Amino acid sequence: MNPTLTLPPAAVTSPWTAAERELGYHAGGPVNLGWLTSDRICALGRGAHPALIWEDSQGRQRRYTFDDLRRLSDAAAAFLARQQIGAGERVCLFLDRVPELYFAFLGILKLGAIVQPLFSAFGEDSLWTRLEDAGTAAVVTQRRHLGKVRRIRSRLPALRQVVVVDADGLALEPGEVALALEREPEAEGFPVYPATAETPSVLHYTSGTTGKPKGAQHVHGALVGQFQTARVALDLRPDDVYWCNADPGWVTGTSYGILGPWSNGVTQVVLDSGFNAARWYEVIARHRVTVWYSAPTAIRLLMREGSGLARAHDLGSLRHLASVGEPLNPEAVIWSRETFGRPFHDTYWQTETGCIVIANLPGLEIKPGSMGKPFPGVTATVLDPVRLEPIGERGRVGLIALRPDWPSMMRGYWGNRTAYESRFRNGWYLTGDRASIDGDGYFWFVGRDDDVINTGGHLVGPFEIESALLEHAAVAESAAVAKPDAVNMEVVKCFVVLKPGFVPSDDLELEIMNGLRRRLSPLAMPQEIEFTDSLPKTRSGKIVRRVLRAREFGEPLGDLSTLMEE
Amino acid sequence: MDELEKVILDYVRKEYLEEGDERELGVATPLITGGIVDSFSMVSLKRFLERKYVIRIPDAEATPAAFDSVRAIAELVEKLRGAPATA
Repeated sequence: MNPTLTLPPAAVTSPWTAAERELGYHAGGPVNLGWLTSDRICALGRGAHPALIWEDSQGRQRRYTFDDLRRLSDAAAAFLARQQIGAGERVCLFLDRVPELYFAFLGILKLGAIVQPLFSAFGEDSLWTRLEDAGTAAVVTQRRHLGKVRRIRSRLPALRQVVVVDADGLALEPGEVALALEREPEAEGFPVYPATAETPSVLHYTSGTTGKPKGAQHVHGALVGQFQTARVALDLRPDDVYWCNADPGWVTGTSYGILGPWSNGVTQVVLDSGFNAARWYEVIARHRVTVWYSAPTAIRLLMREGSGLARAHDLGSLRHLASVGEPLNPEAVIWSRETFGRPFHDTYWQTETGCIVIANLPGLEIKPGSMGKPFPGVTATVLDPVRLEPIGERGRVGLIALRPDWPSMMRGYWGNRTAYESRFRNGWYLTGDRASIDGDGYFWFVGRDDDVINTGGHLVGPFEIESALLEHAAVAESAAVAKPDAVNMEVVKCFVVLKPGFVPSDDLELEIMNGLRRRLSPLAMPQEIEFTDSLPKTRSGKIVRRVLRAREFGEPLGDLSTLMEE
Repeated sequence: MDELEKVILDYVRKEYLEEGDERELGVATPLITGGIVDSFSMVSLKRFLERKYVIRIPDAEATPAAFDSVRAIAELVEKLRGAPATA
């Protein structure tokens, strides 16, 4: 196929057209993300160039070229087609960072189906909520996580096929099938689905204050934004060795852990392993990593290990460092400058925005603690929270808002038009974050404008936690709020009112913590539970989380006149 | 394997190893780097140890490296059990 793309009218006249030209787009024709990130690179004569250097916790290593990527993603697409998975259907990837995840991701896109990546540490409740909402037709998983899928399958009528990538010697049940990609027949010439720029591509779930998690639906044309921001904001160049620490269960792990680097033909390292500072430095040194995209939580964990450990490794290959997920504190910027000889560059974006929208671009003077400036082609401002008009006064805090006219912006929340439309006012997309802008045009993050908890760079919705808590036999009422944390910026803290007959105890606290971890995820597990006799409520009986949160942060409690008398 | 290691190993196996995860879990198995326990889940493991052994594990000592194996955890617990209590 020829790489062509039709963009929405607003984007045609934007600076993104430079990226379109680079990618060889021609208006009106088909475009497919799977093809653009693999076959296209091969067509450019770089098929033998390394695409993926993979390692796991046991030190096993595998290497794949862009030609391998092309071939194995074709095989994945052909396999799914044989399972009667069709265009537009949702295929969930519920996998650790194994190589099959990356090939299947591109294969699903080549098939014209929609990829639904989910964090493999999700518990059964979190998994079910997201699969049920999306009406997912197939789940690709591994034996380690198969038990969770089996236990909820009877409650997922739309789920037709479960694909297991490491099923050797495993007794599969009806509706399960083994996929050994390396042994799959060649699928040369697989007919790549002729997607257009507006064809749905990736569905990433994100949490809000109320209701279930929402699926931010992206399109194939989003690649223009990911390609250009990976090149400019992350400074990716064709011969770079790039390492993104993010898991593809989250948007950073796909936009910049798959699409951005591979559309630029860049080699990337994947480490399928938990955190270990020494191991991380070894990986950078051994593979001569040049560009590193990490997260403030990880950087703060590295800081705790001290500079000496970093200096014991040859990290001289590093050329550019960037960070995402939560505000990068000034100390981390200064520490990285001292330790690595260069600063981490904070970048800001969201699951919904699909690509970086505000950043400390390479070459821009960094003001430690600042988010940087809007990416060229993105119009960003802060709005007065009442009038929802841009604030002219520098330094005043308002709502971060963006004109929704860059290519990677989500096109909707899956099956939830009302929630999608609620994010827009006066032509602005409301991010839900608060910031101020200084006299030089730099943005300074202040915090969320709602009750969502940002822990370790991941958004956790209080509603999901409270709903799960209420299913515990001892819990009468609960509230989940953010609590400040030196490493994760925020962690979950729960206030719990017990039913009559139950008394607070250390054992009960631990039981509730572990129960939430298993049902939802480790991120959603409260790091602290406070048993209380009552919760602050409005006169209509609604729990007021902001009061509890303010207490945790030592902030003013605000207007309490609407609260019910105790 | 001593009794302390056995208690910790049993707890990790019961609480953190997913059903269907057939990996052999021993006292030297990497827990954090092996993806069995993550930095968030570490908090509940730390809480369990503090209650079971009536100790306080300072945040500075509750590092991913210190929790990366049952043996390392047992050594930490043993050290803190012998240490004078601090506020």
